[in-house]
Amino acid sequence: MKKQKTKNEFLYFALRNNKLRIGLIVVLFFLVLAVVGPMLTDHTPRAYVGPAAQPPSSEYWFGTTTFGQDVFTQFVYGLYPVFLVGIVGGGLGTLIGMLVGFTAGYRGGIVDEFLNVVTNVVLVIPAFALLLIIAAYLTVRGVLVESIFIGFTAWPWAARAIRSQTFSLSSRDFVDLARLSGMKPRKIIFTEIAPNMMSYLVMTFILQFGGAILIAATLDFIGLGPTTGISLGMMMQYAVLWGALPLGMWWWFIPPGAAIAAIVGALYVMNVGLDEVFNPKLREM
Amino acid sequence: MLKLDDISKIYKVGTFGGKELLAVSNVSFDIKDGEVVSLIGESGSGKSTIGKMILRLISTNSGAIIFDGVDISTLKKRALKEYYRSVQGVFQDPFSSYNPIFKADRILRIIREEFYPDMKGREWNNKIDSSLKAVGLNPKQVLKKFPHQLSGGQLQRFLIARALLLDIQFLVADEIISMLDASTRIDVLNLLADLKPRGLSILFITHDLSLGYYISERAVILYRGCVVEMGVTERIYDNPLHPYTQMLMASVPRLDQKWEKTEAKLKAKQSELPSGCPYYERCPFAGKDETCKRHRPTLTEAGSDHFVACSRYTEE
Amino acid sequence: MSLKVEDLTVYYQTLKGDVQALEGATFTVAGGEIMGLAGESGCGKTTLANSLILLKAPMRFIEGRVTLDDEELPVWNMEEMNDFRFKKISVIPQYAMNAMNPTRKIGRMTADLLKSRQVSFKKTLPELKRRLDLVELSHDVLKMYPIELSGGMKQRTVMVLSALMNPSLLIADEITSALDVSTQKAVVGMLVEFRDRGCCKSVIVITHDISVLYQIADSILIMYAGQLAEKASTDVIIHSPRHPYTKRLISSLPKIGVKHSQKRLTGIPGSPPLLLDPPIGCRFRERCPVAFEKCLDVPPFLEIEKGHFVACWKEFDKNAQA
Repeated sequence: MKKQKTKNEFLYFALRNNKLRIGLIVVLFFLVLAVVGPMLTDHTPRAYVGPAAQPPSSEYWFGTTTFGQDVFTQFVYGLYPVFLVGIVGGGLGTLIGMLVGFTAGYRGGIVDEFLNVVTNVVLVIPAFALLLIIAAYLTVRGVLVESIFIGFTAWPWAARAIRSQTFSLSSRDFVDLARLSGMKPRKIIFTEIAPNMMSYLVMTFILQFGGAILIAATLDFIGLGPTTGISLGMMMQYAVLWGALPLGMWWWFIPPGAAIAAIVGALYVMNVGLDEVFNPKLREM
Repeated sequence: MLKLDDISKIYKVGTFGGKELLAVSNVSFDIKDGEVVSLIGESGSGKSTIGKMILRLISTNSGAIIFDGVDISTLKKRALKEYYRSVQGVFQDPFSSYNPIFKADRILRIIREEFYPDMKGREWNNKIDSSLKAVGLNPKQVLKKFPHQLSGGQLQRFLIARALLLDIQFLVADEIISMLDASTRIDVLNLLADLKPRGLSILFITHDLSLGYYISERAVILYRGCVVEMGVTERIYDNPLHPYTQMLMASVPRLDQKWEKTEAKLKAKQSELPSGCPYYERCPFAGKDETCKRHRPTLTEAGSDHFVACSRYTEE
Repeated sequence: MSLKVEDLTVYYQTLKGDVQALEGATFTVAGGEIMGLAGESGCGKTTLANSLILLKAPMRFIEGRVTLDDEELPVWNMEEMNDFRFKKISVIPQYAMNAMNPTRKIGRMTADLLKSRQVSFKKTLPELKRRLDLVELSHDVLKMYPIELSGGMKQRTVMVLSALMNPSLLIADEITSALDVSTQKAVVGMLVEFRDRGCCKSVIVITHDISVLYQIADSILIMYAGQLAEKASTDVIIHSPRHPYTKRLISSLPKIGVKHSQKRLTGIPGSPPLLLDPPIGCRFRERCPVAFEKCLDVPPFLEIEKGHFVACWKEFDKNAQA
């Protein structure tokens, strides 16, 4: 009976938590826009559809680029890779972080030392230089490659956080009792420790999600992103490259920039809200 | 049944692990079939560490733990799991022994999954019923409940029921009643004593001398990781020989007599274990000669089944 | 001096409603008396102590009157109590030894504390040193950080600080729970010394360990589920209690000299009631072997012999017949 009550208690606080509500609404808004957006426009992102450098009007809602492409079309098509990179990149980062963090935190000793070294090395590798090398070899790259790269370089943060939580949970009596029941370590981690960390894991994923989006936007902006398709970061890159700033074409770079800031900001706000929901002591009564 | 042979546990502390903390130092004692032995010590005595070493939750640095003739300190995997069929433990905090997000009877289900995977449902339910009744719990009241819906006393009994499901021969009870209310403590204690006729041996770890007296046949007094005195409970309590035991008996608040005005030197913050007798700094009998400071006394028999580790009783 | 508590009732506010933690407490502590306050978890002893000195949310004052040295204590008003706290009534809180700021030296912490009470550290220093001598702590302690002290030393430091202004009433809340047996004896002995030397006039010692009270307390007050059960001199409580709860509590305590094989002690079946929706009348009713219909009314805390108070209808009947 209490499990249901717990769920309801969470939902009660979750739905009442303003930060969570606002954050969720913003993210969902952009997600819906990413799905529905392409249906609202007849054009394709790179098609030359109209007069160049037009400010927003009733025909071209976000105006046009220096080549006469529809900025609004680019915008809604560019939202999809953003979410893809967040899910795949963030998800991959969280998964690797979990693998490394759980093992290091539960086993301790020499395994922990070794994994710490690996984590620190990956942390310290200049991702930028690595990406340049990859860019040189893979002349055609998609969003998926970018996501995987981000996943493989952003996991140390998740690993560290998960490791320390696992450490503290491993010393609890109920884990000792599970050991006394002859449970294998892998089973203990997944059935005793991880469920107790669910809130932590969810929050780690959200942070990785937001972080991945930011990294992707940065990479896209400096030209190390995908070579095909369009994303919000790439829009900004083109905008700057083709003189939107001196020409005052604010409608080209402000919407994508604002959208990224809004999505990532909303994710972080959601995270703070979730922390309050999961941790009763932080709630404002 | 169980014999500890020269067990030690060293922790590396300090920056870069330079210093050594000797948590348990050359401890040896044994526990016979159907016997309750109290392991008595204050904080820092190493008693919980010994309990955990017996349960293989902490590794030993040296020495052997012999159970039914086999040194269990080096067992692995399958052999270790077999060991857990005979030896189990119950810990101090009833609420932290349960995973808070699951129901309490999950711990029973885990036993079934790990040790009795082929047992049929009805047979298993009967087994649970008889275990619960043996510890004085009503199955209808405790099954399918979350830990916070049960009281501390019920939770501890539940843990004992879990151990009984395995038909264990040896139980490590680490301060199992110190967090319970006074009115339920005695019931759980009585429960332990009632399990003796089943052939169960118990290592009762506690800091409370009166509990040790109530329930155990023999007692082992621990100070800073070393055994200072051990033997038949009544003999130790009526005639404590080691200065530490004497200090304990004089300082424990009792309900049948008032404290005497004794001068006992208080503990300053302790660092490392001195090379000689562990009690040297506080001992009123420590001689001016260097024997106590330099030589650590070994356990010698000072009376029938009454051993002391004190240089005053060591024959030269 | 004396402490007089009349009908003190304090509830805790929670999401689910009011927890009726303390109900109609009425008792007195005489000048120079060391009174033990004992009971199991949830009996309300910490609530009572906190109500006397730090009644803040989520605690809610319902009714009652507290007088110390013939002066009324405005316990419901945190600000007005500031004038009394530390000077007239002081507390050694539970886990105090772990609550010291680890980055402050002891001397500095003391100076801060005194400054917040508008007392000069310099002027108090000689007396502070005398007190440190009393508890066998070297004056160097003032220059040390909490982490350099052992548990017993920290506890003694906190004791000295709490009693520095010679309060009329000193409340010691579970001061021995994390200490070794020998340190426990020393710390508790020092409490008696404080009283004997006039560092404080009276002491309320809160603990769940009744054997400690047997050693140092003049009288013991037993509480159960937020209600007062019995108060009498220590000897009487231990050897001839009248309340059914006290009787069974005392007889369930293991003593050295009693073996299971010789004499099997028994506890009290059941568990204390939840105070969110407590049973009406006497709250021990459901576990009491001699309860009868009258117990549905809350028994008052009456003096059945000189200095011996009990809240039990059965005992009143016995007295009436005698």
